[in-house]
Amino acid sequence: MSQRYMGTSMKSTDAINAVLKRHGSDGTRLMQILRETQEVLGWLSPATLTAIAAGVNWPRSRVESTAGFYSFFHTESRGRYRVLWSDNITDRMLGNMDLMQAMCEKLWLEPGRVSADDLVSVDTTSCTGMCDQGPAVLVNYRAITRMTTERVEQMVELIRNQTPISEWPAAWFKIEDNIRRADILLTSTMAPGDALRASFARDSAASATLDEIKKSALRGRGGAGFATGLKWEACRNAPGHGDKTARYVVCNADEGEPGTFKDRVLLTRQPDLVIEGMTVAALIIGADKGFIYLRGEYRYLLEPLNTVLARRRKHGLLGENILGRAGFNFDIEVHLGAGAYVCGEESALIESLEGKRGVPRNRPPYPVTNGFLNQPTVVNNVETFAAAALIAGKGADWYRGFGNARSTGTKILSVSGDCERPGIYEYPFGVSVRQVLEESGAHNTQAVQVSGPSGICLNRDEFDRRIDFGDVPTAGAFMIFGQQRDIFEVVRNFVHFFAHESCGFCTPCRVGTTLLRTLVDKIADGNGARADIDEIFHINHLLQTTAHCGLGHTACNPLLDTLEKFRPAYERRLNLLKFVPAFNLDAALSQARQMTGRDDAGAHLEAAQ
Amino acid sequence: MSESSSFILDDQEIPFMPGQSVMQAALAAGVFIPHLCYHPEFRPHGSCKLCTVKINGRPATSCTTPAAAGMEVESNTPEILDKRRTLLQMLLVEGNHFCPSCEKSGFCMLQALGYELGVVAPRFSLLYPARPVDASHPDVLLDFNRCILCELCIRASTEVDGKFVFALSGRGIKKHLVVNAESGKLADTNFSLADKAAQVCPVGVILPKRKGFAVPIGQRRFDAAPISAHVDEFKPVAPGERP
Repeated sequence: MSQRYMGTSMKSTDAINAVLKRHGSDGTRLMQILRETQEVLGWLSPATLTAIAAGVNWPRSRVESTAGFYSFFHTESRGRYRVLWSDNITDRMLGNMDLMQAMCEKLWLEPGRVSADDLVSVDTTSCTGMCDQGPAVLVNYRAITRMTTERVEQMVELIRNQTPISEWPAAWFKIEDNIRRADILLTSTMAPGDALRASFARDSAASATLDEIKKSALRGRGGAGFATGLKWEACRNAPGHGDKTARYVVCNADEGEPGTFKDRVLLTRQPDLVIEGMTVAALIIGADKGFIYLRGEYRYLLEPLNTVLARRRKHGLLGENILGRAGFNFDIEVHLGAGAYVCGEESALIESLEGKRGVPRNRPPYPVTNGFLNQPTVVNNVETFAAAALIAGKGADWYRGFGNARSTGTKILSVSGDCERPGIYEYPFGVSVRQVLEESGAHNTQAVQVSGPSGICLNRDEFDRRIDFGDVPTAGAFMIFGQQRDIFEVVRNFVHFFAHESCGFCTPCRVGTTLLRTLVDKIADGNGARADIDEIFHINHLLQTTAHCGLGHTACNPLLDTLEKFRPAYERRLNLLKFVPAFNLDAALSQARQMTGRDDAGAHLEAAQ
Repeated sequence: MSESSSFILDDQEIPFMPGQSVMQAALAAGVFIPHLCYHPEFRPHGSCKLCTVKINGRPATSCTTPAAAGMEVESNTPEILDKRRTLLQMLLVEGNHFCPSCEKSGFCMLQALGYELGVVAPRFSLLYPARPVDASHPDVLLDFNRCILCELCIRASTEVDGKFVFALSGRGIKKHLVVNAESGKLADTNFSLADKAAQVCPVGVILPKRKGFAVPIGQRRFDAAPISAHVDEFKPVAPGERP
């Protein structure tokens, strides 16, 4: 059964060689090589990694290093069926833990363990971007939404009977777009190629279109809000390096921030707009190669996106001499991630594109000068490219007609949590939090987490604040918590998320996020004391000032925000305000009581004092 | 050298040469900045964060920040010392560090910095990771319990030895050192005691076999004088040049 002691079998060797051949045995394509191999063989055995390392001519240690970094690569067998429950707080609010427990009981399985017959494992995973249609799961990395008790029962039967996933009910795999409010991006009917033709019409060097992008005041939609025009200009002006000078356009579709799912819908409904935006960027900076870095959770979008890319090639919108323009060559390939939130950080994303661990680089230098393969690279969010296509097609003046004085254009929000109509809402910048709550049918709202765990938690005194770069900036997540919710549990979920997703490069984040998890769990277990709150502040301060990247800097946001705004949610958990040890002393005596057959008052700690 | 090529470190003027980092310039001038993942012979990467200073009011790692004229650098302040102390306390609970039984006691930079910075008591709950030792190699023992993930052995094996014996796997708190062998055992690599990678571990992971207590406890490198008094040993190998 195990390949561990047997080398690779004939079948495995053939499968690995086919994958290597497809990727030209190029080590920078290691992520795709590992994923495709795993899709055929089920997991990445030690012998498989050795064979792949030999194939790409990399040291084996480097291949193992990459394979071990990503949650979706298995260097141990995880069973023929791998069920991963999305564990965002919105999934929890929809009852995912009870459903997972029920599934495990029916399968006689503990979460995280593989069944003895190597058939199945059940575990949790970070938010899969289906918050408006949860509880969601991934089964062998295929997304399934709207889990119910009935679906759990049926799924257990299908797994027991070893029914291939391709024969499971098609309705389970249906992903809804849930577009509740559409504006210029989601209603656009611009024909493919129009933005490129408009750019060609302005001038030959595309500098006029770059000027339009700058004039539009478009800012990055991924969270950081950097001016898109300046980024593209810096890349256009950056000299390349070495003999193989090149420039690259990368679309960041690694939508990992819990509560965010708008890029999934954009890539489903407006893929041409996104790809056209990338092509305009290529025209401006002089790139001939682009990547869409698609998060592994959206594996199901790979084939549809490849179909769109193929159609565009056929229509002369990608490939050589695009739209008949001599020398304008650009093509795009979809590159799948494998379950690592940190790869949403642009330099970590580039490391991953190169087949390495997704560890953020030391900056400067920035990707615009030293990006993919050390060449000038533009990395932008999906929504940014879609907006850029509209600007290239219709001009900056038109675009500036949307939004407010601080922020131009529109923003797509992913609304989930306690409301009647979760889904996608596109608003001009400047919309108030209150308006979003009203239009999504939220009542008795206690708090809104804007821009995910790394964003900001707003209480009801702040609902008149506005979504824009000057007030409440956001990458798109908008999670609503009703009065009945325990904010402490919300924060606890976020703290666990960051501990799980820390890349582990720097000491404060690697150890600090784990210590924070220990502390909030201690408070949750009723063993918290005021000193633990002080320690939380202390660790957060260290993270904010010494962590290597944004993940570490923002990992403290949920705790600091809610400790300030929702202090009672913590304090009512503190049984005693004096020191309490990390474990329950009285419970620790239970074995002694059992052995002596005593359970009288004198055998308990509190009574004994 | 023009007089503008200097910066201020805690009220002291530190001269520097073009290309030097804040750390290199400080060490060259005889001012010690605590560090674990920095080594004068290797390109810095800034992961341990022990060398964090404040430059013009903003926190930065001194090993990766190029020195610039007129910088105002704070290092030996209560705030920064507190951060460094906390980072050490984190490293001490992350691994399994039991100095009395460790052959490296007295030579260990983690231990020496603990004394230097006054880490006198445990603070966080110990994580007690399960990290089996690797005694497979005829000449070298690997005790992963003490690994602080500084990556110096990785850099040495990659850049100097050209062997790629060590690498990191896992993520976050599960990050760990692996060796270049399908069996996962050092004996199945081409590692040798003569490798540069065998010389650079700042703690007690990579230990030569059949050599114990050659120098008695009490007479070891950091027993006689605190680590900051050894500043000359950390000076840049070739001033102004980054390896």
